[in-house]
Amino acid sequence: MKSAVVQLPGLNRDRDMIAALTLISGEAPITIWQTETSIPDDVDLIVIPGGFSYGDYLRCGAIAARMPVMQAIKDKAAKGVKVLGVCNGFQILVEAGMLPGVLMRNTTLRFVCKEVKLEVVNADTHFTRAYAQGQVIRCPVAHHDGNYFVDDETLAGMQDRNEIVFRYAEGTNPNGSLSDIAGVINREGNVLGMMPHPENLIEAAHGGRDGRGIFASALDVIAA
Amino acid sequence: MTIPNSIAITPELVAGHGLKPDEYQRILDLIGREPSFTELGIFSAMWNEHCSYKSSKKWLRTLPTKGPRVIQGPGENAGVVDIDDGDVVVFKMESHNHPSYIEPYQGAATGVGGILRDVFTMGARPIAAMNALRFGSPDHPKTKHLVSGVVAGVGGYGNSFGVPTVGGEVEFDARYNGNILVNAFAAGLAKSDAIFLSEAKGVGLPVVYLGAKTGRDGVGGATMASAEFDESIEEKRPTVQVGDPFTEKCLLEACLELMKTGAVIAIQDMGAAGLTCSAVEMGAKGDLGIELNLDQVPVREERMTAYEMMLSESQERMLMVLQPEKEEEAKAIFVKWGLDFAIVGKTTDDLRFRVLHQGEEVANLPIKDLGDQAPEYDRPWVASPARAPLPASQVAEPADYNAALLTLVGSPNQSSRRWVWEQYDTLIQGNSLQHPGGDAGVVRVEGHARKALAFSSDVTPRYVEADPYEGGKQAVAECWRNLVATGAEPLAATDNLNFGNPEKPEIMGQLVGAIKGIGEACLALDFPIVSGNVSLYNETNGVAILPTPTIAGVGLLPDWQKMAKIGSAGDGDCLIMIGQDGSHLGSSVYLRDVLDTVDGPAPEVDLAAERRNGEFVRSIIRSGQVTACHDISSGGLAITLAEMAMASRKGARISLKAQRGLPHALLFGEDQARYVIAVSSDLANFVQAGAESAGVPFRRLGTVEGDRLVVDDIIDLPVVTLDDASESWFPGFMA
Repeated sequence: MKSAVVQLPGLNRDRDMIAALTLISGEAPITIWQTETSIPDDVDLIVIPGGFSYGDYLRCGAIAARMPVMQAIKDKAAKGVKVLGVCNGFQILVEAGMLPGVLMRNTTLRFVCKEVKLEVVNADTHFTRAYAQGQVIRCPVAHHDGNYFVDDETLAGMQDRNEIVFRYAEGTNPNGSLSDIAGVINREGNVLGMMPHPENLIEAAHGGRDGRGIFASALDVIAA
Repeated sequence: MTIPNSIAITPELVAGHGLKPDEYQRILDLIGREPSFTELGIFSAMWNEHCSYKSSKKWLRTLPTKGPRVIQGPGENAGVVDIDDGDVVVFKMESHNHPSYIEPYQGAATGVGGILRDVFTMGARPIAAMNALRFGSPDHPKTKHLVSGVVAGVGGYGNSFGVPTVGGEVEFDARYNGNILVNAFAAGLAKSDAIFLSEAKGVGLPVVYLGAKTGRDGVGGATMASAEFDESIEEKRPTVQVGDPFTEKCLLEACLELMKTGAVIAIQDMGAAGLTCSAVEMGAKGDLGIELNLDQVPVREERMTAYEMMLSESQERMLMVLQPEKEEEAKAIFVKWGLDFAIVGKTTDDLRFRVLHQGEEVANLPIKDLGDQAPEYDRPWVASPARAPLPASQVAEPADYNAALLTLVGSPNQSSRRWVWEQYDTLIQGNSLQHPGGDAGVVRVEGHARKALAFSSDVTPRYVEADPYEGGKQAVAECWRNLVATGAEPLAATDNLNFGNPEKPEIMGQLVGAIKGIGEACLALDFPIVSGNVSLYNETNGVAILPTPTIAGVGLLPDWQKMAKIGSAGDGDCLIMIGQDGSHLGSSVYLRDVLDTVDGPAPEVDLAAERRNGEFVRSIIRSGQVTACHDISSGGLAITLAEMAMASRKGARISLKAQRGLPHALLFGEDQARYVIAVSSDLANFVQAGAESAGVPFRRLGTVEGDRLVVDDIIDLPVVTLDDASESWFPGFMA
């Protein structure tokens, strides 16, 4: 199982993500720069990490979504390669049209960094198999624009198809997102976007390991 | 077209540049002619208080700055301290007070940006940030606006850049109504054999401009920051810089890549007084001249004059002396990151600072006199008058101890700062082991399984006001104590000295007294000052701030798995106080916030006791005997116990019967060199025996149990009630 981490100017949780993937798979991911137009064939998981790509100027993820590397990622996704977008990565996937909805400014209008609770609403995905259906896990968030929104019709379809993967649980919604949505998956089930940062809760030094399941699932190392 | 450099120099123009008549005379004597307009601007930028330390230098020299672990002391962009295994920690604290008052978001943001640049200029990747913020009275009409803007600015820059904010301070006092304080700290990690300095070496080598383009923002900022405020303050908004954390993040990555190539001979960030200060510092330190050609400087505005380019404080810029054969390789890195890379000058052997613009020499000045031989003053000072003693017996007891404790816990200055630090990314980089809210922030050292660094920032301005010398000592001691409370060995500190107008002898006396106290404490605790910053003229309409010498320190933990935390006590653990019984209510928050008076001397810091007690606490933390630890500071034992209870969500049953003194002094006294530790009950006697043999005073306080904090028959409060009071003040205030 080979993974790749996308590096764009302004992304800043790339190092956290590389550390997490390395720790959990035992193998360092390759990195992909903004100007690259192809991604190696043996890559099975592409991760777009968090940060402030291109300063989040214009709109979070809007500039990144239009960089050449995104076409390469879209091509891979169309062939079934798994794509995980975390925080700014989620915003980029939404801006690129790879996931439905938008991520608006938090209702408090403030950046928020804290630990929240997440309910695993769909444990039957490539990214959540390590969890039990309905399991509530701890996970940190750190964002200014995590307020997920879609229209009613799209939401109903997503619910019918089980595309809502994580919801903020126990009253911990930090951003006012619709229906407490924290993470969603595409129709094909290979592109997941989420606002929380599982990569910051994977070892004793982080005070917990609840975030490991996402990487263990996606990297196919659940037994570990 | 040619842009003129021929504006007539009048006494008003000289005064408008913050230069005193005798300073201007010195310029005339030095260069033997009238300076050009650009030259006047350069002198103004280099000789202002902010850049030259002309009032404080004499006293700063008295501080202890050396130690076995100190690799680089004051004088560079930041201090460098050995943390074993070839690793070093690079750190500094710097103020951005004046700009943050004028334009809070950008002022605070660029304060963070500036200190991060100071750290990565030296080759270190920033791993931790802190911010010591001081605002006016909560009921002052500007305070909410300033808190909101400054906190958003600190977060906006640091979060986007990608450094965890692990600690800091937020305080309110009416004395900051007209001058808030924004002191930004950053620390980075580097290898001891890959530290980059600003001293230029070699003649005829290219001087390269790196980073963002130059605009008109911040022109004259350092001069503005060296003057008092009055009603014309709104006119100063254009002197505040505008930050771009995205460019800074790119600049960080580009600089670290560049440094690996061997292309960098010397490098200096452009901070206060931008191009002028960075060029002069590099040349003066290396005993070289510098020639700059402004036609090569990347600009983002049209028709900028030489004066504007030399004084612009546009952010995210660096200047370096380049190894010429590496030019192509170096340039490619900056192109990759979308940043400017321009050769704008060269080093010379004539010790002149020469500036060319559109074919004209607009400045030709002696570089040493601008830089390391700038004027220096021995300003007159008077010692602050000593306050009469205030025995606890002369201080009223509270009618209701529960109410008094709740008042303190829910007061503007003692309540939870969660509203603030939840706006900062405290987790990024994945190494944060202790977050804001405890004694110190703790960050794991990347590449090592167990090694970690602790960070704390402290000062108690009301003590410094009451007694600058004891207050200076106390700031150092409290910082040292907070590091010790995690189990860290305090290594070194940085000082950020914020005072009023040094031309007033009583203000100068505060500065002198505080520096003497800081020096004595640093010496006694082996805690040298390795970097720092002085911010004077924090006055508005003649009213000065509380004297605020902020001390930020760094400590080393060889094994973070043995560190102590504030909230990790277990049920049934025994609580023990280390240090003497509380007695000192002078200058206490009990007096200020419960009795609404300001009175009495600052507590004295017995540095020998501080060291002895601290070393004992650290030894028992490191041997795994302590389950939780918290220092005793503002608010005394009662606040410490309440904070431990809130952090652990566990109650405690405490008795003070064995202690000597009045209950309000025992509970709220702010005597120094004290801690509360929790140990498992079966180890309590062992720990007490250890304290006894180390000559460390201690008292058994009681047991961690239940969900209420109970002290004899005078305090009985549910922990959730304390927590509600503590957590509700800040959100309520900002709502």
